[in-house]
Amino acid sequence: MLAKRVIPCLDVRDGKVVKGVQFLGVRDVGDPVALAAEYDRQGADELVFYDITASYEGRGVFLDVVRETAKQVFIPLTVGGGIASVEDMRAALRAGADKISVNSAAVKNPELIRQGADLFGSQCIVLGVDAKKRENGGYDVFVKGGRENTGIDLIEWVKKAEALGAGEICLNSMDADGTREGFDLPMLRAVCGAVRIPVIASGGCGKLEDFSEVFHKTDADAALAASLFHFRELTVGEVKTHLAAAGIPVRKCREVTA
Amino acid sequence: MIAIMDYGAGNLFSVQNALSYLGEDFVVTGDADTLRRADGLILPGVGAFPDAMRMLREADLVDCIREEAIKKPLLGICLGMQMLFSGSEEFGFTEGLDLIPGQVRLMKPAGLKVPHMGWNELEIKKPDCPLLADTAEGDSVYFVHSYMAVTQPQYLAAVCDYGGQVTALVQRGHIFGAQFHPEKSGAVGLSILRRFGELIR
Repeated sequence: MLAKRVIPCLDVRDGKVVKGVQFLGVRDVGDPVALAAEYDRQGADELVFYDITASYEGRGVFLDVVRETAKQVFIPLTVGGGIASVEDMRAALRAGADKISVNSAAVKNPELIRQGADLFGSQCIVLGVDAKKRENGGYDVFVKGGRENTGIDLIEWVKKAEALGAGEICLNSMDADGTREGFDLPMLRAVCGAVRIPVIASGGCGKLEDFSEVFHKTDADAALAASLFHFRELTVGEVKTHLAAAGIPVRKCREVTA
Repeated sequence: MIAIMDYGAGNLFSVQNALSYLGEDFVVTGDADTLRRADGLILPGVGAFPDAMRMLREADLVDCIREEAIKKPLLGICLGMQMLFSGSEEFGFTEGLDLIPGQVRLMKPAGLKVPHMGWNELEIKKPDCPLLADTAEGDSVYFVHSYMAVTQPQYLAAVCDYGGQVTALVQRGHIFGAQFHPEKSGAVGLSILRRFGELIR
């Protein structure tokens, strides 16, 4: 049976992980490569690196981080943040990314999804979406890190992205993000019911039960979290042990010695 | 030395990274003479079966692979695994390398999403398969595919369950094919690649 995935997300600026990191046993606490390796040891099923650098120079440093991680960590790596062209996608893939997450640029130019899927395969293209509940029902898609409301309907957008060739949706609820009161179950249900591609739940988790709840109550395929893991409030291993005890299929990890 | 075949289809970086990490001696090449000199071959592949076979033909590698596969260990990964079979029905019928009898067909898992993407548990059919020496029943590996190989039971080294039996690892003599990505399957995947490397030493 296919395992539900637990995915730590690392926001990287100028080669450092943003958001305080308090890891025991990791010497440079802000070092994304060391943190990625630690999450791998804890049993992370996948990693997301998000580039929040605004500068051209920072881009090179970011890709160096991806490159170094890909040499040491052998689980799928998704790279996002500032991906605006197929050249950006290619650069990330050449650095060792397995999947590319597109968000604002795809809203501006939906053909980017099709171009990426045609060139690199749908399995490479993740649509990142930031969405917020509308007062009169439904959800609006936001861009630029949640600063700008596009007025585009979330459900129409994810269906269109799927038709254009997106292979997966990473759905971040702006309503739930930061609340630590659990994932946005209604929004996830709405999106999972609208598309056939896998959906990653993002935003809102604050405790172990939030992870089992999202898998029990929605068809989400994966759950993503950042600060919860960075602050070491929970380890990936604790989340997966909890999920397994709750009857949710997870990847069991063990030491393999040859 | 292992030759990773470069014929234009697929992301070779992760396979290279994994072999480097394991300290294997390898070269990335699309040159037939280099493939003939290598001790083992890895055929990666991402994308569509007809395109990849066309690229192999255009690179003039089809005969070379078929000849060399008789002499030395070969590991196909993902689409590279599928190309080891007789043919595929992806976008009409396309002939494959025909090194293992079988056909590649669209997956139709009842009520489940396609592609089959994520971590799934292996059920071991051939415990004596040398690549599985360190792998235990229930170990998980990472899959991304919409088509799957349908072959005879004697070639199935490991399978998994996704709305029915899915071919995961095949073996015919020293020809191996992994539908999953060993280079992205954590410690389990690395152990499979390490065992492949040991076959040529």
